[in-house]
Amino acid sequence: MEAVSKLDVEAVRADFPILRRMIGDKPLAYLDSAATSQRPVQVTEAMRRFTEHSNANISRSVHTLGAEATEAYEGARAKVADFIGARSADEVVFTKNSTEAINLVAYAFQNASVKPGADPRFVLRPGDEVVVTEMEHHANLIPWQQLCERTGAKLRWIGITDVGRLDLEQVDEVINEHTKVVSFVHVANLLGTVNPTSQIVARAREVGALVGLDSSQAVPHIPVDVTELGVDFIAFTGHKMLGPTGIGALWAKAELLDAMPPFQTGGSMIETVSMERTTFAKAPAKFEAGTPPIAEAVGLAAAVDYLDKLGMENVRAHEKELAGYMLRRLETVDGLTVIGPRVPIGRGATVSFDLADVHPHDVGQVLDADGIAVRVGHHCAKPTCVRFGVTATTRASGYVYTTTDEIDRLVAALEKVRKVFA
Amino acid sequence: MNLDELYQEVILDHYKRPRGAGLRDPYEGESHQVNPTCGDEITLRVHVDGDKVADISYENVGCSISKASASVMYELINGVSVEEALAKTAEFTALMNSKGQGKADEESLEDAIAFEGVSKYPMRVKCALLGWMAFKDALVRAEAATPAGGND
Repeated sequence: MEAVSKLDVEAVRADFPILRRMIGDKPLAYLDSAATSQRPVQVTEAMRRFTEHSNANISRSVHTLGAEATEAYEGARAKVADFIGARSADEVVFTKNSTEAINLVAYAFQNASVKPGADPRFVLRPGDEVVVTEMEHHANLIPWQQLCERTGAKLRWIGITDVGRLDLEQVDEVINEHTKVVSFVHVANLLGTVNPTSQIVARAREVGALVGLDSSQAVPHIPVDVTELGVDFIAFTGHKMLGPTGIGALWAKAELLDAMPPFQTGGSMIETVSMERTTFAKAPAKFEAGTPPIAEAVGLAAAVDYLDKLGMENVRAHEKELAGYMLRRLETVDGLTVIGPRVPIGRGATVSFDLADVHPHDVGQVLDADGIAVRVGHHCAKPTCVRFGVTATTRASGYVYTTTDEIDRLVAALEKVRKVFA
Repeated sequence: MNLDELYQEVILDHYKRPRGAGLRDPYEGESHQVNPTCGDEITLRVHVDGDKVADISYENVGCSISKASASVMYELINGVSVEEALAKTAEFTALMNSKGQGKADEESLEDAIAFEGVSKYPMRVKCALLGWMAFKDALVRAEAATPAGGND
C-alpha cells in the first residue's frame, strides 16, 4: 500500500508566520520553496536565543560563552551528520551553500593536480574525464567546467530523455576507464526529476571513479542516507530545508577528506604555522578557514530537528501527493505544457511549465498580482532549457506547508494569464 | 498591485504586433544584448544615413515588456536625427530609473509613456531598457565603423 501523508499541514503552517502575509489584498501563496524555503519560528527562535545568550567565536575561547558557542556549532554538525546517515560528524564540512561545497571538491582536484605527491585519485591530466549530466544546476556544472579548462581534462555528460529523465542508456559509454569523477544532480531543480542513483554509482565504482551528488533539492524533501547511497560526497544547503541562508554542507567520506588538499586557507584550519610553512588541521577544520556561520549552524540544527519531528518519510509522502495533484490540475490549463516528468513517480513537487508561449516573466507578474509567488527564468539550468527548446520556464514548487488550495489558486490565476495575453 | 497599470493596452498591442521587427540591410552597427536573469535577448541593427537614424531593425525573444519596448522605440526614433534619438533614449532611460516618481512627457515620448508604470517594478526595468541599450550600443558601433565626418 502506498504511504499516505501523515503531515498535519495546517499545524505546520501555524509555525510559519510569513505564510500569513498579505500581498496587496491577497494572501500569500508561496510556491517557490525550491529557490528558498520559509523558516519556522523554531529556527528563528533558536538563532535569536543563541545570539542573545551564547554568542561568541568558537574553538579558541576558554570563557563560558566560547564554550557554549563551540558546543552549539559542533552539536549542529553532529545533528546534520546524523540526519543524512553519516558515520561520523567529522565527515560534515560546513560551507556557505551547495555552490561552495561543490567548489570545495572541484578545487581539491585542481589543487591536487598541481601538487607533487598528491593522492592520484584527485590528480587530473589531459585524457582524464569528468562526468556530469545535462540537467545540472549551474552550481554542479560550472565548477567542473572550469576544472576541466584548467587541467586539460574533458567534461562529459549524460543526456536527458524527452520525458525529463536521465538517459541511462548512455551511462556505460559516458562513464568509462578515463572517468576520474562523476558528480550528478540527485533531484533536478528545474525538471523536478528524482534521479535513480544506483546504476550510475555502480558504473562509477566499476571504472574506479569517485562519485558524488548535488543533493540540494534532495535532502530537504526525501530521506537521504549517504551510506545507503554508497557515494563519496554530497552537497546541500540550509536555506532550502527550512534553515537560514549562509550555511550549507559538504559530506564526504573521512578517508577522502583526509586525502583532499584544502580549498580556502587561513585562520582555524591549521595545525602549526611558521613564516615558511603550515601544516593543516584534520577535517573538517581543514576545510573551514575563517570564522564560520555559527548562528546559522544553530538555525540549521533547529531546521533538522523540525524536519526530524515531521519525519522525512511523511515529508516525502506529502510531496508525492502534492506532485500528483499539481500535475493533474496544471494539465487542465489550456496551452500548458509541463517540462519534466508528467507522472508523479520519481519526481518531486517542483513543476516547471510553459504556458502558451507567454513569457514566464509575464506569467510570474500576473501571478504575483494574485499573491502567488513562483520562480520564473532559467533557474540556473540553462542547458536544461536549451534541451527543451525554451529560454525560460515558470516553476511552481511545494514543500511541507503547501496546500492543494494554493495549487487551485495557481491554476485559477493561470487562466487569468491566458486572458491577458491571448 | 494593479496589473492594468503595468500591462496597458498600448503595451499589449505592441507586444502582439511589434513594429519594425526583423533584421534588415544595410546597417553600420549591430549589438547583441542579453538579460542574464531571464535569458531575454535582442539583436539590433542601426543604419545611419548622414545625421539620420535611417533604419533600426531587430530580432528579439523576451517578455511582453521587453518586446513592446523595442517596438515602441522603433516607432519613436526610427527616421529621426541621431541627436534626437539619443535625447529620447536618455529621456526614456531616466523615466525607467525614476522608481515610479517620473512623469512622462506625452509630447515627446508618445506611446512610450505607457511604460511609466513599469518604473515602479524594479525587476522589470531591465526588460524595458534592453532594446534601448542595444540601440545605444549599436549606434556607438556604427559611428566607430563610419569614418569621422564621412557624411556625403
